[in-house]
Amino acid sequence: MGSRGYVARKLVQAGFTLAFVLTFNFFLFRVLPGDPVGLLAKSQRLTEADVAGLRAELGLDQPIGRQYLTYVGQTLTGNLGVSLRTARDVTATIWSRIGPTVLLVGLGTLFSTVIGIWIGIKGGWRRGSRFDTSTLYGSLALYSIPEGWLGMLLLLALSGALGLFPAGGFELGGRTGTARFVDVLDHLFLPVLTLTLGYVGQYAIIMRSSMIDVLGEEYVTSARAKGVPEHLVRRRHVVPNAFLPTFTLIFLNFGFVLGGAIVVEAVFSWPGLGLLTYEAINQLDFPVIQGVFLVSSAAVVVFNLLADVTYGYLDPRVRAA
Amino acid sequence: MATGERIDGVRSPRALVWERRRAAAGAHWAAFRHNRQGTVGLGILTLFVAVAVAGPMFIDQASMEPATADGPLLAAPSLAYPLGTDNFGRSMLSLMVQGARISLLVGFTAAMGTMLIGASVGITAGYFGGTRVDTVLNGVTNWFLVLPWIALAIALTAVIGPTLVNVIVVIAITSWASTARVVRSQALSVKERPFIERSRALGAGHRHLITRHVLPNVFPILFANAVLMIALAILSETTLSILGLGPADAISWGRIIDDSFSAGALSAGWWWWLIPPGLAIMSVTLSFTMVGFALDEVLSPRLRSR
Repeated sequence: MGSRGYVARKLVQAGFTLAFVLTFNFFLFRVLPGDPVGLLAKSQRLTEADVAGLRAELGLDQPIGRQYLTYVGQTLTGNLGVSLRTARDVTATIWSRIGPTVLLVGLGTLFSTVIGIWIGIKGGWRRGSRFDTSTLYGSLALYSIPEGWLGMLLLLALSGALGLFPAGGFELGGRTGTARFVDVLDHLFLPVLTLTLGYVGQYAIIMRSSMIDVLGEEYVTSARAKGVPEHLVRRRHVVPNAFLPTFTLIFLNFGFVLGGAIVVEAVFSWPGLGLLTYEAINQLDFPVIQGVFLVSSAAVVVFNLLADVTYGYLDPRVRAA
Repeated sequence: MATGERIDGVRSPRALVWERRRAAAGAHWAAFRHNRQGTVGLGILTLFVAVAVAGPMFIDQASMEPATADGPLLAAPSLAYPLGTDNFGRSMLSLMVQGARISLLVGFTAAMGTMLIGASVGITAGYFGGTRVDTVLNGVTNWFLVLPWIALAIALTAVIGPTLVNVIVVIAITSWASTARVVRSQALSVKERPFIERSRALGAGHRHLITRHVLPNVFPILFANAVLMIALAILSETTLSILGLGPADAISWGRIIDDSFSAGALSAGWWWWLIPPGLAIMSVTLSFTMVGFALDEVLSPRLRSR
């Protein structure tokens, strides 16, 4: 099958997954707890008459099939409902919070992958060396620390006790130009450090085991046998092939990084999607939780699609499979 | 006695099978014992499990209730309270011991649920590999793999309510897919082996083949995976707790972290309230991970030969 067929197949798969997410979302929030009014009654005091009135207003007295179609239609046109707390449009609320999350997750992913892959290459190449053993145990330890707690610890030590960094938030406000930029960086430092430390271990372990796998391949032995210098064996034969599986895992891991980001944002009051979710959970603001679930799932599906397509481009064997 | 076995020495096929399994387990255990990473992890875990099982018996339950706790409020560690107290005057040491029980319970049961779903789906999909059953099950598995677990877990817990049982169920529902994938690929390779065909030729049905031949051969991988899943489940519970979705009806280590954070331990500097639960989670997770990696090495021949 050609690469166009491969891409088309992946597109169709992603489409099906999105349809599944959409349906799942509908059932989770409308059918499982009774209906949204049931959820609302959970968080607020409502009289019988209020309940009946709201049902009619939201179209919940309609047959379930029609409700589903209305829901799909609304979602596809970007209507995610209205927040129970702020009465603001959920789509607009989510849109206004995406920027800070992209900044945080982007920088966290960048640093953790670059450093993790570097450690993995170095450790896997000299397996059993002191560098390898110490970084392997370090990686395992970092993997075992809950990100949220790590963030709290950093806040306690570097912000509370030593006063080196602000205790949270995006900026102090009232600044412009370079001063504002520096201020935001100051606020960004600890959350990004937390995310980086939280994920660098995983990438190091993945890259290391991938290196070890490739080092056992026959083409590496052939390269050495024909006299290719060691640094070239490493750079041309081992690292590119070891990088392939790591590359997909970085994208597949995106969902987990997003989870970590939600907790880290909650701890550092970083005003992104995570903090929005945290606030929505504590206020039982279901339309917002539902909206964030939909948007983050869609983001992960798109990222997986990108990973598949790029992977197919990088590794021709996959396209044929 | 070279001439024939005594008649009561004849063993049933079942006894033979169990003897073989015992021997295999013994060999694996011998290999595991030489793995330092694994034995260290197992030692730490034994300690934690002992504390979780026996510890709460030595704690006066009245001192654990916010209303009847009689210690000083938010006292720093002292001789009377080695880990200090929380905002209700409860001994942090006692809270940590109680928390060990709940956190380990969440870890074990959630991992068991994960294994149950993951193994059933994975073995069925793998055994019927290439058929429509496989296509459907594999499709569902892939959906769950792609969905960001945290978003799904948050949505589910928010809807069904954060109780201990619900948190366990949610963790199992959100984490079985990776197990199913691992098990499926193993089952796919097992079902192509000659002994399956021989057994089928002797008239074995699907049920016999799955429970007697595929499952035992998938089991080692499942076991190593289960141990890693316990670690993941404990971390997941912590994450949910920090987001305010931890078990509202039980005190886990994650809940203690969340309580201290919500009470303002960071700005007030109540370090003794925040640090112990995180350290405990970290040591237990690290130990389970080390044991899991060691088991992987012992149980999967491909890794052992390297």
